[in-house]
Amino acid sequence: MAVTANKRADQVVYGVLLALAVAVPALNLGVGESSALHVSTYTMTLVGKYLCYALLALSVDLVWGFGGILSLGHGAFFALGGYAMGMHLMRQIGTRGVYGNAELPDFMVFLNWKELPWTWYGFDSFPFAMLMVVLVPGLLAFVFGWFAFRSRVTGVYLSIITQALTYALLLAFFRNEMGFGGNNGLTDFKDILGYDLQADSTRATLFVLSVLALAGGYAGCRALIDSKFGRVLVAVRDAENRARFIGYRVENYKLWAWTFSAMLAGVAGALYVPQVGIINPGEFSPLNSIELVIWVAVGGRGTLYGALLGAFVVNFAKTFFTGALPELWLFVLGAVFVLVTLLIPQGIAGYFNREARA
Amino acid sequence: MNAPRTPVSAPTWWDEFTTAGSSPNTAAARLHQGNILYIENVTVSFDGFRALNELTLYIETGELRCIIGPNGAGKSTMMDVITGKTRPDRGQAWFGSQLNLLKMSEPEIAEAGIGRKFQKPTVFEHLPVFTNLELAMRAPKGVWRSLVARLSGEARDRIEEILVLVGLAEQRDMRAGALSHGQKQWLEIGMLLMQEPQLLLIDEPVAGMTHQETERTAELLVALAGQRSVVVVEHDMEFVRSIAKRVTVLHEGSVLAEGSMAQVQDDPRVRQVYLGA
Amino acid sequence: MSLPYAFRLLRSLAMLLALLCAARIALAETELPLAALQGLDFKAKAAAISAIADSGSPRAEAILNALTDGRLMLRKSDQRFVIIAAAEDPATLTDALDGSALGSEPLAGLKKIVINNQLRLQLRAELARMQLANPDPHARRAAVEALAADPTPAVIASLVEAAPKEQDEDVARAMQVVIGLAQIGDADPAKRLEGVQAVTGSMLGEVHNRLTQLVARNPAGEPLEPSMDVRIAAGAALRAIDQRRARYELIQTVFFGLSLGFVLVLAATGLAITFGVMGVINMAHGEMMMLGAYTTYVVQQALPNHIEASIFIAIPAAFLVAGLVGIVIERGIVRFLYGRPLETLLATFGVSLFLQQVVRSIFSPLNRAVATPQWMSGQLMVGDALALTWNRLYIIIFSALVFAALLALLRFTALGLQVRAVSQNRAMARAMGVRAGWVDALTFGLGSGVAGLAGVALSQLTNVGPNLGQSYIIDSFMVVVFGGVGNLWGTLVAGLSLGIANKFLEPFAGAVLAKILVLVFIILFIQKWPRGLFPQRGRSAEA
Repeated sequence: MAVTANKRADQVVYGVLLALAVAVPALNLGVGESSALHVSTYTMTLVGKYLCYALLALSVDLVWGFGGILSLGHGAFFALGGYAMGMHLMRQIGTRGVYGNAELPDFMVFLNWKELPWTWYGFDSFPFAMLMVVLVPGLLAFVFGWFAFRSRVTGVYLSIITQALTYALLLAFFRNEMGFGGNNGLTDFKDILGYDLQADSTRATLFVLSVLALAGGYAGCRALIDSKFGRVLVAVRDAENRARFIGYRVENYKLWAWTFSAMLAGVAGALYVPQVGIINPGEFSPLNSIELVIWVAVGGRGTLYGALLGAFVVNFAKTFFTGALPELWLFVLGAVFVLVTLLIPQGIAGYFNREARA
Repeated sequence: MNAPRTPVSAPTWWDEFTTAGSSPNTAAARLHQGNILYIENVTVSFDGFRALNELTLYIETGELRCIIGPNGAGKSTMMDVITGKTRPDRGQAWFGSQLNLLKMSEPEIAEAGIGRKFQKPTVFEHLPVFTNLELAMRAPKGVWRSLVARLSGEARDRIEEILVLVGLAEQRDMRAGALSHGQKQWLEIGMLLMQEPQLLLIDEPVAGMTHQETERTAELLVALAGQRSVVVVEHDMEFVRSIAKRVTVLHEGSVLAEGSMAQVQDDPRVRQVYLGA
Repeated sequence: MSLPYAFRLLRSLAMLLALLCAARIALAETELPLAALQGLDFKAKAAAISAIADSGSPRAEAILNALTDGRLMLRKSDQRFVIIAAAEDPATLTDALDGSALGSEPLAGLKKIVINNQLRLQLRAELARMQLANPDPHARRAAVEALAADPTPAVIASLVEAAPKEQDEDVARAMQVVIGLAQIGDADPAKRLEGVQAVTGSMLGEVHNRLTQLVARNPAGEPLEPSMDVRIAAGAALRAIDQRRARYELIQTVFFGLSLGFVLVLAATGLAITFGVMGVINMAHGEMMMLGAYTTYVVQQALPNHIEASIFIAIPAAFLVAGLVGIVIERGIVRFLYGRPLETLLATFGVSLFLQQVVRSIFSPLNRAVATPQWMSGQLMVGDALALTWNRLYIIIFSALVFAALLALLRFTALGLQVRAVSQNRAMARAMGVRAGWVDALTFGLGSGVAGLAGVALSQLTNVGPNLGQSYIIDSFMVVVFGGVGNLWGTLVAGLSLGIANKFLEPFAGAVLAKILVLVFIILFIQKWPRGLFPQRGRSAEA
């Protein structure tokens, strides 16, 4: 029965995450670089990045796998969370920038701006920035979803509109006038809460935080899916009209799942930025958003662990190919899109589930 | 006028189905209870084509009404109007004397007590049969309630009863998508019953059913009438004859004839529509 | 033929040639005082220029033009005056006097004939004056307008003389304007007023400048022009010019919007066909446009000597290439995914990545420029200040033709009937004997082929690169959504209005913001009208 299978999978997920949280920082900080067991900071950061991607994939799986809403714009929420974090980190640079301006980030000095735009107010406070990490993507998702779901925009229409959303944001964030660093985005971060971002210990802490966020997100999604809310969400996916004629306000269910998902994506973005050290408008590119959909498709949508699996598998492959055979990567990615949808529409998890059932 | 809702407790609720003969489905009672559904001068057009043309129709409380008519007569469109799916260009639609259906959304209409079964059986394919019924149950349907909702023992019992009633007790943990066509029809009727509606709109309930299943459906529908009002749209004349007390014939979006099955069948206009000139 | 005879013939030919040359040089030398151009005596040069201009020699214009551009040279080896084709080393030479080709010569072997600014002004005036005698009225008019920049008294005198004799109305009017411009500089206010009245209505840039000077004020706020009548007349004339300019700008914007809109329409009709008929979003649709554009590029590369005609080969070739690729995609992938639109979206997106990388591998990731045929470049002048570029005009015509052909195809052919049948009710069409699979493949091919044609059009507007399609797919989809699925007229109206809206917003908001605004508008629009401008209503649309 599916519930027990999920239980087992959950135990594996938590087990792996726990092992990662303990082993990786320990092998990075505790074992000398000469040792064969040493995990380099590069590797740790890379896995940390994957963890953020996994959380992002989870958020997509929630709305797509369970709610049937295929978002081609979830990268936007990720990027907005990332920008909120990036803005805080920029404010922490203080006088250590190239221009040494205590009030303004370098790029604003460069643009001859005289004062901080209102959009940046409050971001020097860490709690405020953390609030914005969830609030900004959440609010955008809420407003967007409020309009879209109420007017019953569904299916491919909704998908393309979400793509247009992230595309519009991409164009907007490229503009210097927006005051978010334009083309170059935000980078050259120094420290977070006083801890040096280049230090191994800070990196290890961020890594552990990413594991915790992913585990927390996973547990949250699991609770949501197992509640009646989750069952209604699936019901809406399967037969929206039936759900409506039974008396469910379908748009509200979609809206809250969507908003929650966007907030998760924002958190993923916020954890991502201090680890990779940069956030730029490229994160808004429609390609990014559609790529993360394919992580979920590869792993298996409609199963929470599938999203995690897909994020790790595809990104590992991407790291490998872009390093070893960069010309080939887009061919591989294109082929993955086609083959997964044609041959294993339920993804790796679905494939093995079917094998197990047979 | 709205009939007062009967407080639900499992045993009496079960009786409603089994004691069809004793339910107050008499002319006097009907007169007393009045109409539950008023449709007046409703017109719906699609691209110049009039699906409904000044349709006027009243359904009495507790009545079992069959609606027949050739393809394109406007039967499904009429149901769409009643359930809020389609907004008419003109006309009125009232549920009881208080509720203006044209001002309500689908979920509001459903909560007010109108249940609908689609022409094509529509169930939640990836959820177990039991969950299908659970979700349909008359209960608060808000988002925040759904996050903390727990199934009470009483509710569980009711679901089990309906499972027995629709003959799906053995399939309770099966995914609904794996059911046969006829079973899906029954599951959908079961979901309708879980909603405890006062008015049931049932679109082609016996399509794709075996003879036996059809007979059971007929029994169930007859049993339902009385406490609830039932409107059945059906093509199968044999089936209509077996359950109908009053029949309405739709043609080109308006009522062509209304009366008992025998009256309707003798009506020359009906004959012409069905058999040609 | 015996050898001695041939030899004799050759010899007599050579003699004849020598004689001819000698005669020619003698003739030219007497008429054109080129020698006076040498050296640094600018007075002598000025006189020589006038003499050349007045000579009536057929070479005069070429020589003066070359002198203006600094292409008139003296060959050191034989002191012959030559004209070089362009400033390159070694330069290709033609004889200044007879225009015959003289092969090439290193720049070091040539001496440039130098002129100063004063001579340059004189040259322009002389050239324009010569043009006044040109039989072509367009050339005459252009010459007159060129004179407006520097109306020397001599020029004006010649114009005053020529104006009454001028047959062509437009040219005569232009002459009056230039004469009027000169009068504006007169000390007599009555003359100035006359001048203002003469130039009123002209759209010449110079007229606007002079009128602006007339209404200007000094820093103390006092008018520079003492006569109030002149000021009033100038103000009125200026307003008239500004109004007309605004009108022209409006037409220009609409024109630009229309051409963008028509490209959008072409791009979107393909998408609308596949989406309307099959309910399938082909995310590789943009790449079909890219293929069309690259086909144009390849055809041009294959026919380097026939750029003018290559476009006519490129059009069917692009249609076929994109169409065939479309059919392959449909048969290989899409047909397994019917009824699963979201999956189709993902799979075709994979195809688009694939195709982009293929193009990157073959043609490099850099943009390629597609040459514009001569007959498509340049501008169409409407009136005196409205310039419409030919390439955009042709794109509008081309797109409109394709659109009309498509409508006709869907309405009047058997395939069209079947396509419409399948789009309305797949199962029923199949039951009636329509081979739905075959129709799907052809429809997909047709939609892709039209995208290929859009690519041809696009290649005339921008450079061709692997990302060409990506930037259009969202716009195309917006057009389809805005217009209403399954309605080609809706696509037309939506494409054109979005194109025009884009171009109208650009001056105020900038290109990027304009795009964002349009996107936001559509997002809001489909909240209210989810089925677009021209919704398909009825039961089939409910499914």
